[in-house]
Amino acid sequence: MILNLNARTIVSKALGYAGMALLVLLIGLPIAWLITGSFKTNPEILTITPKLLPERIHFGNFVEAWQSAPFGRYYINSIWTTLLGAGAEVILAVTTAYALVFVRFPFRNAVFVLLLVALMVPEQVVIVPNYLTLAAWHPSGPIQSALLTLTEWPARITGGVWPPRSLVNTYAGIFLPGASIALGTFLLRQYFRTIPLDLTDAARVDGAGHFRTMLSIIVPVAMPAVATTALLSFTAKWNEYLWPLIITSTDSMRTLTTGISRLQDAEGNAQFGVLMAGALFVVIPVVIVFLFAQRFVVEGIAAGAVKG
Amino acid sequence: MMKVLRREWREWLTFIVLAGPNLLLFVLFTYYPLIRNFLLSFQDFNIFTNSGEWIGLTNYQTIASDSQTAKILMNTFVFTTAVVVLVLTMGLLTAVLLNQKLRFRNGVRSLLFSPTVLAGTAVAIVWIYIFDPRYGLIYQMLRPFGIASPRWLTDPQWAMLAIIIVYVWKVLGYATVIYIAGLQAIPNDLYEAARVDGANAWQRFRHVTIPGLSPVTFFLLVTTILNSFQAFDIIRVMTRGGPSNATNVLIYFLYELGFTEISNIGRASVVAMILFVIMFFVTLLQLRYLERRVSYA
Repeated sequence: MILNLNARTIVSKALGYAGMALLVLLIGLPIAWLITGSFKTNPEILTITPKLLPERIHFGNFVEAWQSAPFGRYYINSIWTTLLGAGAEVILAVTTAYALVFVRFPFRNAVFVLLLVALMVPEQVVIVPNYLTLAAWHPSGPIQSALLTLTEWPARITGGVWPPRSLVNTYAGIFLPGASIALGTFLLRQYFRTIPLDLTDAARVDGAGHFRTMLSIIVPVAMPAVATTALLSFTAKWNEYLWPLIITSTDSMRTLTTGISRLQDAEGNAQFGVLMAGALFVVIPVVIVFLFAQRFVVEGIAAGAVKG
Repeated sequence: MMKVLRREWREWLTFIVLAGPNLLLFVLFTYYPLIRNFLLSFQDFNIFTNSGEWIGLTNYQTIASDSQTAKILMNTFVFTTAVVVLVLTMGLLTAVLLNQKLRFRNGVRSLLFSPTVLAGTAVAIVWIYIFDPRYGLIYQMLRPFGIASPRWLTDPQWAMLAIIIVYVWKVLGYATVIYIAGLQAIPNDLYEAARVDGANAWQRFRHVTIPGLSPVTFFLLVTTILNSFQAFDIIRVMTRGGPSNATNVLIYFLYELGFTEISNIGRASVVAMILFVIMFFVTLLQLRYLERRVSYA
């Protein structure tokens, strides 16, 4: 009986490891190929007897990719629009969720319903009218110029579009339509509601106003949820493709994801090494962040879906 | 009395300062464009003069009578159905696998999750190579068996399958991670009780695991459907909706009609309305689920 059970465990363990090996192969091989392929010469890739590892490390693809498309500019644009977009999302999610949970307001439920309805309208559905809105927006007046100076200063340094005649092909145009956040607000609100009111009451007794309570009590207590929101915003903005593709029209304003298509057009699909080097340029920052924070992300999204 | 009233006012003002900017952005870039999109769908809009002419239901008729439309709707349906079925079943299987006490399972879980954070455009580039019929990885794997590789991305018969494979590869890890969390949330007592009642492994899976996972499955079903409607980057980089519309889906059609040579704002708005109506009803389902979760919490 015991022997029988052992045999069974061994078989099921063996099956388990075989399954894991298969998964590693299926998921890992394309990623491994992306990495090693970008260090190979083209004859090494376009061969009928390919090897996973290159003969010797070859950096030519990175040089060629960097030269045939302005990746330096793409990096600046991606970093800046991601900072603006993810920064706005996190700040707005925290402040809105805080207001919905802790601040008294007669139409609080109506505001919450507005938020829920917004959850039902995906950004992609409204790309056409949003483009028209931004194209018809002629920035004028001191407030708008001041705001544009804030968002567009990298363009002034890198010789991009300045002054803009509309919001098409500007940083503001890239990040503004996606700056509001419904799902993140919703999830943070759920989290904030689990925070005991004693905590905020104690702060109130100590004479702290709403802003201090939010920044020094609620945000630190809810840090795991806030950090997850921030990481998800960061990856979403960094990887965003459709909207930047539509709203940018010159190389000086393109982001990394849209720059990849530009490289594809310039090199053609046969220059695999160069294309993979370009693809690596796009994913490296996210991979670095993910390596440090992946546990956080994985557990955060799982908790969001299962426990709520 | 005055003091209380002033305090109330300060609360209201604080609320407006904190929640106002988010709401303002929703009004500007979600509500207003949604209404405008609806209006545009009844117009012949000229982007250069920035003005539209009312033409009633003409755009709807054009889209309805266009032979492409049926094909694109069918493509969207095939893509979404295939993705949902594959992601849910494979996600569940991998989750059950990685929920066992095996070495390296955390590492494998991370590896499985990693494609979900990689840019679709970058992922698409590698897969163009993998599918290459002359040098690609799949060609290399089939060669020893004497099987010729299909012309994945240039053959209308195979292109959709290629897109589905890449998309499933990219999002599978998300479903797995959610399912693992779901498995761990099922109380062990239930399994013990089933064991006492003499249930075998399959019966325990069928009558404890599957029902225990049903809320998670529902959540994944809705999110996978919604996300699949937004699959754009892979299609644009790998096939541009081709060959001969074989991989053209609603979101790509919307992009084509809105922003390429065949641009027609009115018709694009009709496609956007179709997409919106479908996604709206799927999201309604999700909201009912979220509400239920709130009341249970």
